[in-house]
Amino acid sequence: MSNEDFKPKIVVFACNWCTYAAVDLAGTSRMQYPANVRVIRVMCSGRVDPQFVLEAFHNGADGVIVAGCHPPTDCHYISGNIKALRRYTLFKRLLKSLGIEEERFRLEWISASEASKWVKVVNEMVETVKKLGPLKPKLEVVE
Amino acid sequence: MSEKPKVGWYWCASCGGCEESFVDLAERLLTVFDAVDIVFCPVAMDFKKEDVEKLPDGSITVTFINGGIRLEEHVEMVKLLRRKSKIVIAYGACSAWGGIPGLANLYDLDEVLSRKYFEVPSIDNPDKVVPCKITKVKLKEVDEEIELELPKALPALLPLDKVIEVDYYIPGCPPTPDVFWNALEALLKGELPPKGSVLGALNKSLCDECPLNETKPDKILLKDLKRPHEVIPEEGKCLLAQGLLCLGPVTRGGCGALCIKANMPCTGCFGPLDNIIDYGGKALSYIASIIDFEDEPDLNKVYDKIPDWVGILYRYYLPASKIGGKAGLKKSKIQDRVVEYG
Repeated sequence: MSNEDFKPKIVVFACNWCTYAAVDLAGTSRMQYPANVRVIRVMCSGRVDPQFVLEAFHNGADGVIVAGCHPPTDCHYISGNIKALRRYTLFKRLLKSLGIEEERFRLEWISASEASKWVKVVNEMVETVKKLGPLKPKLEVVE
Repeated sequence: MSEKPKVGWYWCASCGGCEESFVDLAERLLTVFDAVDIVFCPVAMDFKKEDVEKLPDGSITVTFINGGIRLEEHVEMVKLLRRKSKIVIAYGACSAWGGIPGLANLYDLDEVLSRKYFEVPSIDNPDKVVPCKITKVKLKEVDEEIELELPKALPALLPLDKVIEVDYYIPGCPPTPDVFWNALEALLKGELPPKGSVLGALNKSLCDECPLNETKPDKILLKDLKRPHEVIPEEGKCLLAQGLLCLGPVTRGGCGALCIKANMPCTGCFGPLDNIIDYGGKALSYIASIIDFEDEPDLNKVYDKIPDWVGILYRYYLPASKIGGKAGLKKSKIQDRVVEYG
């Protein structure tokens, strides 16, 4: 499959209070962005356990974005975004050791008014993942 | 006299610690020998593969399999034992999730082989001998050529349940004699939990049975991480609160907190609790959330203290994890060669 035909699947975990509102705003403002993203609304970026991101990659996601409110003070639950920052700073190291390119994962802060940032992030992510190609296939070890 | 239940015991990629834990039952072993017939146990008894093949299907009551699946031979043997057994139990961390040998899944098999046979400083291998599928050897004395065949290594190490159906798991590296004993009692009495359960251990985290739990503060926040060789921990105080990475909060209890009692933090050999999707992901989640910094450079300074995060988070669990090892492992070229000697 050439990179031209490759349609990456990108899973987005978007926090209810900021990023998901921005996604909505992008929609109501009729902004255009690629249809490769699957947005999953969660209450807080602090609720996005790294296990979920691993599960997404396991189930065929080529890229994952976790997005929430701007730190340090925007979080609806006071410190959820800080917890996400702590986790995903370490998570990026783990991905690298597991042979998954760092660019396949992004932690982004997108506030409710930043619809244009949302569009920019998605565009960038789709382009990057298209260049990287599909996530390396799982090896069939035992027939 | 009713017939005693038949028990099988097989080892795959294993260090021998699991067999040791069996022997560690000590005088309780006599009770075991009274209650069961051992029909296959290559570590201690001289039964052969043919003996197992002769048994009718489903005639072994319980088979314990320890060690991860690394060779074609292991695949063949466990498939045979699955056919012959009513219950198959993955015994020990390697069999259940891959264990420490499973960390080899971070490298392609050829990297593993060339490291092991050519590169380690202590190796003396001028002929570059390496296990290959077919090796031809010329015997000069009798003027004859023989062909030696070895089972091939798989491109990655697998936990047992990726190859055959597993009924129960007994965790630990190795399982403690008490955990094994609890499991045996449950088996002999026939009081078995639903299929796929863990036998012999608790379904509560290690912290629950840890003697230091009382000294664990309600909220732990760390400015620094310490490694066991860097500090002598204060006795009688929660190791995590002292900055040592103890995996007790996410690890299954049942071991009796043996390492903690010896002043060593838990490394997670009893594996995940029932509701955990991916042990390493969960461990990462809990560790990172207690690091008391709020920007990336400071956090990275703390994370830099641990050189090998995969080795900490996935020490016993890598092959069973969601990613399973390095993404896109390659098949071996080295061992497909045909080598000639003599």
